[in-house]
Amino acid sequence: MSNSDLEAFRAETRAWLEANCPPEMRQPVRDEEDVYWGGRNATFKSEAQKAWFEAARDKGYTVPAWPKEYGGAGLSPAQAKVLREEMAAIGARPPLSSFGIWMLGPALLHFGTEGQKQRFLNEIARGEIRWCQGYSEPGSGSDLVSLQTFGEDKGDHWVVNGQKIWTSYADKADWIFCLVRTDKEDKYRGITFMLYDMASEGVSTKPILLISGNSPFCETFFDDVSVPKSYGEDVPAYVGEINRGWDVAKYLLGHEREMISGADGGNTGTIGAALTRANGEVDPVLRAELAQFDVDALAYGAMGEKFLDEIKVGKAHPAQPNMMKYAGTELNKRRHELMMAAGGSHALEWESEETSGGKPSRNWLRTKANSIEGGTSEVMLNVISKRILDLPGA
Amino acid sequence: MPLYYDDDQTMLADTAGQFMAEEGSIKNQLRHWRDRQCKDGFGHALWQQFAEMGFTGMLVDEDDGGLGMGQVEANIVLEEIGRNLTPSPFLSSSVLAATALKHGSNDVKGRWLPDLISGEKVYGVAIDEGRKHRPETIACKAQKSGNGFKLSGKKDFVVYGASAEMIVVAARTSGSDSDVDGVTLFAVPQDAAGMSHDSVRLVDSSMASHVTFDGVELDGDAVIGEVDGGREVLDAMLVAGRVGAASEGVGVARGAMDMTVDYLKQRKQFGRVIGEFQALQHRAAHLYSEVEIARAVTIKAAQLLDGGSEKADLMASVAKAKVAKVAGLAVREGVQMHGGIGMTDEYDIGLYMKRDRALQEFLGDQYYHAGRVAEMSGY
Ligand SMILES: Cc1cc2nc3c(=O)[nH]c(=O)nc-3n(C[C@H](O)[C@H](O)[C@H](O)COP(=O)(O)OP(=O)(O)OC[C@H]3O[C@@H](n4cnc5c(N)ncnc54)[C@H](O)[C@@H]3O)c2cc1C
Ligand SMILES: Cc1cc2nc3c(=O)[nH]c(=O)nc-3n(C[C@H](O)[C@H](O)[C@H](O)COP(=O)(O)OP(=O)(O)OC[C@H]3O[C@@H](n4cnc5c(N)ncnc54)[C@H](O)[C@@H]3O)c2cc1C
Repeated sequence: MSNSDLEAFRAETRAWLEANCPPEMRQPVRDEEDVYWGGRNATFKSEAQKAWFEAARDKGYTVPAWPKEYGGAGLSPAQAKVLREEMAAIGARPPLSSFGIWMLGPALLHFGTEGQKQRFLNEIARGEIRWCQGYSEPGSGSDLVSLQTFGEDKGDHWVVNGQKIWTSYADKADWIFCLVRTDKEDKYRGITFMLYDMASEGVSTKPILLISGNSPFCETFFDDVSVPKSYGEDVPAYVGEINRGWDVAKYLLGHEREMISGADGGNTGTIGAALTRANGEVDPVLRAELAQFDVDALAYGAMGEKFLDEIKVGKAHPAQPNMMKYAGTELNKRRHELMMAAGGSHALEWESEETSGGKPSRNWLRTKANSIEGGTSEVMLNVISKRILDLPGA
Repeated sequence: MPLYYDDDQTMLADTAGQFMAEEGSIKNQLRHWRDRQCKDGFGHALWQQFAEMGFTGMLVDEDDGGLGMGQVEANIVLEEIGRNLTPSPFLSSSVLAATALKHGSNDVKGRWLPDLISGEKVYGVAIDEGRKHRPETIACKAQKSGNGFKLSGKKDFVVYGASAEMIVVAARTSGSDSDVDGVTLFAVPQDAAGMSHDSVRLVDSSMASHVTFDGVELDGDAVIGEVDGGREVLDAMLVAGRVGAASEGVGVARGAMDMTVDYLKQRKQFGRVIGEFQALQHRAAHLYSEVEIARAVTIKAAQLLDGGSEKADLMASVAKAKVAKVAGLAVREGVQMHGGIGMTDEYDIGLYMKRDRALQEFLGDQYYHAGRVAEMSGY
C-alpha cells in the first residue's frame, strides 16, 4: 500500500472515529467495569459503551487485523498500526476486551480448522461468547506441563476430571479453552487443547479473593465432565491434534505475554507530570524517581513500537515476547508504586467516594500479579537466558 | 517509519561492523595507541580509512560534497565504534562539528567542510565550562572588536581538542551568562593566537583539553550562523551529539554484554560452566532486556531527529539517560561476572567500563537528562 493510500486511510479512520467513538469512551480505563467483555450475560455500563462496541463490531474493529470472513476488518499491518495510532491519539478505549481476542483467536487463526474459524472467530469478534483460560493447576504453575487434569477417552467423547486454579473470570465465562492430559505416558505429547462449555454438567467454580479485595479468579473443578470430540462437521472440540496441545498452548502463551506486556501502548505513558499536577509538590527525591521512571517508560514505549514493527515482518526473535512481558510488567509494577507514593495518604483510602472505592490501592495491589500471571518474571528470565542468550541448562 | 533498519541501513551496519571489528578492533587501535602513550589518542591512518569508507562526511549535505545521510546512519557507525571501543574523532568531528557547520554560510562551509569530508582534518567542539555539562550557561565571552571578535574565557572537556584543526566554540556575544539568547558559535582555527590547550589523558585513554582563550582575535567570517542567534545551532548540534553518544553507548553496552555472555559459556567453576548458574543467568537476561530497550529508544530518537520532529529533543534526552543507565549496568555486570580477571588490564572488559564512564559525562549524564525529561514534561 502506498503512502498516499495509507494517508487516505488515516483520514478516513479519523473521521470514522470522530463520528463513532463517543466522548465518554475517550477517557482512560479506570477499572474492570469500564471495559466491555462481551458474552452471553453481558451488560453494558452505559449507552456510550454500547454504541461504541456496536459501531466497532459492525466495522470489524473489535479485531481489526482479522480477515473479514471471521468478523475482522481485514486490515493490513500498516493499516492496523494507523488505526491503533488514531485511537491512541483520541484516547479511545478498546471497544471489546476478551481472552478470545488476545489468546484463543490467534491460536485458532494459526492452528484451527476452517470450521472452527468460521464459528469461533466470528463469535469472538462479535463478543458473543466469553472465554476463560484453563491452564494452571494447584500443582502446576510455572511447571505447566506437569498438569494432571485428565480426559479419559470414551470413543466419541472424553470424560474430564481434575482441578484448575487461577482461572480468571471462570464464573463469568461461557466457554473454556483448557489443557487436559490425554496420555499419561508422555509429559509433553500427552496434552490436548480442548474447548468446551462452562455450562456443561460437572463444571463448577469457586472464587478466590485476591489481596486487592477483588475476586475475578476462580478455582475450577471438573467432575466427570463429558466433552464431545466434535461440535459438527469440521468443528473438532480440540485445537491442533489430540495429544499435541502443548504446541498450541505455547503459541498462545506467546500472545498472552505480548498482551500482558502492554507493548501495544499500555505501558508507555509517563506519570511525572500528571502525578505532580494531581498531588501537588513532591519531594525532590521522589521527583527524581518519577523522572527516571518516565525515561524508562518512554524507552519501553519505543521498544514496544520496535517489537510490533519487527513482529510484522518476522524480524523479532521468537522468544522476544518473553522479554517484553518481563520488562513491561516490572515497569507497570513500578508505575503503581510511584503512584501510591505520590498519592500519599489519599491513595491509602480503601473505601471512599473520592477514590471510587479505593481504586489507587486496589489497582496497585492488582499489578503485583503482572509479573506472575502468564508466566512469572523468573520464568521469563529463564527463557531469555536459554533461548536468546543460549546459556546452558542447569 | 518502522523501527528497524531498511536494506541499505542493514548493509551499512554490516560494512561498518566488519570494518570496526577488523581495522578498529581493541587490539589494533585502543590498546595499540594507549600502550604507545599516543598524544592524539587515536590513529590518523584509521581516520583516513574512515574517510575512504565514506564515514567522515556522511552527515554533510550532498550539495556540500558529503553523502547527505541522516542521524540513523551516523548512529549505525557509532554503535559499531562503541562495540569495538574504536578511538576516533567521529562523534566530535563528523557529528557535532559537521552539524554545526551545516548552519554556516557558504564561505564557512567552503572553508571547513572539504577537509572534514576528506579526513584531512579533524574538528572539535567546545561547549562545557566546568565539570558537568551545563550548556544553558555560557560565560565564555566574544566581544565585538573591529570587524571581528575578541574571544576570552575557558572551556573544558574538549574531546581530542589538541588534535583538532578547528574548534567550534559557543561563546557569549551579549546578555548574561544564563540567557538563552546572545550566544554565538565560532569556528576557531587551531593556530589562532591566544588560544592554549592543556591536553589531558582521560580514564578511557582518550584525550581531552582544557582550552583557554586569551583575547583570541577572530574575523567576522569565523561566525557560524547568526551573531547572538547561536543557541539554535548549538541546540541542533547538541541533539545530534546526544543521540550519537547514546548510540555509541548502546554499542559499548552490547560489546560488554556479548563479551560477558561469552565468558559465562566458557568459564568453569564448581565443575560446570558458570553460565549454568541461575543467579548469573537472570542478571544476564535482565541486562539483555535493558540493552534492547535502550537500543530501541536510541533508534527512535535518531528517526525523530531525521524526520524533523519536535519530539526529537525529548527523545534525545530519554535516549541519553536510558543508555547511560543501561551501559553502566552492562559494564558493572561485565566486570563482576568476569570475576578476578575482569579486574586485570589484560582483559578487555575493564576497557568497556572506562569508556562508558567517559561517555556518560559527555554531553550530559543520566541525571542531567532525566531532569530535562521532567522539565520538558512540565514538572
Ligand atoms: C491474577 C492472576 C491471573 C491468572 N489468570 C490465569 C488464568 O486465567 N488461567 C490460568 O490458567 N492461569 C492463570 N494464572 C496462573 C498463572 O499462570 C500462575 O500463577 C503462574 O504461572 C505461576 O505459577 P504458580 O502460581 O504456581 O507459581 P509457582 O510456579 O509455584 O512459582 C512460585 C515462585 O517460584 C518461582 N519459580 C518457579 N519455577 C522457577 C524456576 N524454574 N526458576 C526460578 N524461579 C522459579 C516463580 O517465579 C515464583 O516466584 C493467573 C495468575 C494470577 C496471579
Ligand atoms: C584485586 C584482587 C586481589 C586478590 N587477592 C588475592 C590474594 O591475595 N590471594 C588469593 O588467593 N586470591 C586473591 N584474589 C582472588 C579472588 O579471591 C578471586 O578472584 C575470587 O575468589 C573469585 O574467583 P575467580 O576470580 O576465579 O572468579 P570465578 O570463580 O571464575 O567467578 C566468575 C563469576 O562467576 C560467579 N560464580 C562463580 N561460581 C558461582 C556460583 N556457584 N554461583 C553463582 N555465581 C558464581 C562469580 O561470582 C563471578 O561473578 C584477588 C582478586 C582480586 C580481584
